[in-house]
Amino acid sequence: PDALTSLLRSGSLHSQSTVRQSESQGTPSSIESSSTKESTRSKLWAVACSMSLWKICRLLVLPSRFYCTKITSIEEHVVDTLRSIVGQNNVSQSRAVREQHGRDESYHKCKAPAAVVWPQTTEHVSRVVKVCSDNRIPMTPFGTGTGLEGGVNALEEGVCIDLSKMDDIVEVNAEDLDATVQPGVTRNRLNEYLRDTGLWFPIDPGADASLCGMGATSASGTNAVRYGTMRENVVNLEVVLPCGTVIHTAGEGRRTRKTSAGYNLTNLFVGSEGTLGIITQATLRLYGIPEKMVSAVCAFPSIQAAVDTTVQVIQSGIPVARIELLDEVQMDACNRYSGLNYEVAPTLFLEFHGSESGVDSQAELAGDIATDNGGSSFSWASDLEERNRLWKARHDCLYANLALRPGCTGIATDVCVPISKLPDAVVAAKQDIVNSGLTAPIVGHVGDGNFHCYLVINPEDENEMRQAEEFGVRVARQALAVGGTCTGEHGIGQGKTKLLEEELGDSGIAAMRKVKDMFDPNNLMNPGKVLSNRKQSL
Amino acid sequence: RIIAMAVRVLVGCKRVIDYAVKIRVKPDRTGVETQNVKHSMNPFDEIAIEEAIRLKEKKVAEEIVAVSCGPEKCQETLRTALAMGADRAVHVQVDQQQYESLQPLAVAKLLSKVVEKEKINLVVLGKQAIDDDCNQTGQMTAALLGWPQATFASKITLVDDKLEVVREIDGGLETIQVNMPAVVTADLRLNEPRYATLPNIMKAKKKPMEKLTPSDLGVDITPHYDVISVEDPPQREAGTKVDSVDDLVAKLKDKGVL
Repeated sequence: PDALTSLLRSGSLHSQSTVRQSESQGTPSSIESSSTKESTRSKLWAVACSMSLWKICRLLVLPSRFYCTKITSIEEHVVDTLRSIVGQNNVSQSRAVREQHGRDESYHKCKAPAAVVWPQTTEHVSRVVKVCSDNRIPMTPFGTGTGLEGGVNALEEGVCIDLSKMDDIVEVNAEDLDATVQPGVTRNRLNEYLRDTGLWFPIDPGADASLCGMGATSASGTNAVRYGTMRENVVNLEVVLPCGTVIHTAGEGRRTRKTSAGYNLTNLFVGSEGTLGIITQATLRLYGIPEKMVSAVCAFPSIQAAVDTTVQVIQSGIPVARIELLDEVQMDACNRYSGLNYEVAPTLFLEFHGSESGVDSQAELAGDIATDNGGSSFSWASDLEERNRLWKARHDCLYANLALRPGCTGIATDVCVPISKLPDAVVAAKQDIVNSGLTAPIVGHVGDGNFHCYLVINPEDENEMRQAEEFGVRVARQALAVGGTCTGEHGIGQGKTKLLEEELGDSGIAAMRKVKDMFDPNNLMNPGKVLSNRKQSL
Repeated sequence: RIIAMAVRVLVGCKRVIDYAVKIRVKPDRTGVETQNVKHSMNPFDEIAIEEAIRLKEKKVAEEIVAVSCGPEKCQETLRTALAMGADRAVHVQVDQQQYESLQPLAVAKLLSKVVEKEKINLVVLGKQAIDDDCNQTGQMTAALLGWPQATFASKITLVDDKLEVVREIDGGLETIQVNMPAVVTADLRLNEPRYATLPNIMKAKKKPMEKLTPSDLGVDITPHYDVISVEDPPQREAGTKVDSVDDLVAKLKDKGVL
């Protein structure tokens, strides 16, 4: 029975290795006497097939997005080893805990891990990874669980490594404008810590996400147009590789603003979504809090006019800090939800950062461009509460959209195109939405050429879900056709692995697979994400 | 509307353990661990300073003086106040050991003396400090000065040399009118304090900071009460699951709840 479970637990039955040997304990190899191999193997296949049938039956009988019916066990002695590493109370196999760790903020079905562990030091992580690796147990790193692409769902169960207890702000070097944090530190917490230094970390994805998690998904936010994304702002990473080795991608303790030393390992791991290793520390670039911020809102007669304005503002070299587009469907949703009074028309929300004088001239110039494109109903504000009021519409978008169809869930597309292609891309997406009869307000970080269609759909309605997924693929392919990407900031996760193949092409994907195979030959580190598992032959 | 008097504001700033830090009680139970722990300005004092700065931006206040009582490190807190927009700082030096038993009454006396010295006519303090939660300094300062007090302010307006203050009270909001000079204590919803920006932090280094001692002000800061012990709250125990409603009712009766 032990041998059986360990064989079947490995999930996919690779043709090249039928029984996994583990060096550290002898139980699975107990069936290795060659004379009994043949009969044992056929017995195992029989049980394997019946187990798969049983899995299928259970899934059909009890479909559920939020709850998981299957409990797969990890061998007791492995669990004991994990407890001895991280502490008795830092390993859990309770169903509620596992389900919480099996999903994020996306629509992907919950896939619970078999156990959740909470390491408190990098050494713990390294030892846990080694144990899992030796026992061929899949691993999923977990930060705040606020991703949008099902990145933490444990497609092959295994162990979820929850890093939230590693929550030190290791150091802040105000003069050098850098800070080093552990995975349990979220972006709001870092900014609050920094508030009396006059510095901030500007990248602001919707959620109060783990900074290391943001590194893993190459996150971006509303002010990427001015401050860049995680790719430009991670200086060094401490990573635990799938074999357990700990590396510092730029060298331990190094934190320069630029370097040309060797291969850029830091940016290899940024965006790797936990498939190449686990980030246990990140050194980030900080910026001075702007002396003055001015926000502005402007309505336009058409999407084309709004996007043209954006393109022209960028091309004039105005260092706009935020430039967000909300289409009229979104404005209407926001008005209703937040009780606001904005014109129901495609609207740009802009923000300018800089010195007292600099900001005013930026805003004026942008205002002129907007007017030239037919913009109207300007509102400006520089007071904190006024600016918050102006931006309230934008911040409440997600909830406003869900309120359009109560009981529904939201799926966001995330394409990014060169900014000159943006007007056509958004207009085409809008037409597609109208043709498909979907409810999908559009919100975009148009300064980066990135826009999201928030599809509000009924998760229980298979037809709608299918339509939404097909729409997502169409929009992505439209973007790919004009030199864009299928994901500007959310990541590939589990849902866009096919699109990644179309985006990169065969040789590109082959190169990525080489990297993955080199770091993680047994495909244990967050399997099924970014790169699809290769087809298995049974 | 002509405002006759020039409003000169005094704002109190206390250096406390940062609100985000996990507090640890010292093993000898005499207090909490403060070594190598992040400190910052009391959040209610940040709100107080922000309000003073807004009054200055509206040209209602003429000058803002920030005051802090304590050891050397208090100067960091005062620099933050200056970076936010205060004009001058006064550091009342109290050595580390005396500081540990510095109590609201002593601080109120010190502040009152600074008020007299600086010809202040509006004192804005945080409603309480997040370390001792005393909520006494503002009230005592008003009493010592013989001034009216408007505590838990969530909105302050100067109308014809009187202060109209909306106070947060249990039942809701209460609006009162007080004569100037007055003491106001700031509550959470008064405003959202600004962050100090780098250029302002640099400018703040040049703003004047005066150093005084309690004896310069003629104040005796001897404590009037002793802290006997500081303890952790009791550990939360695990809950118990019950199998039926009858079971639940029986357990609640056992605990004397029903």
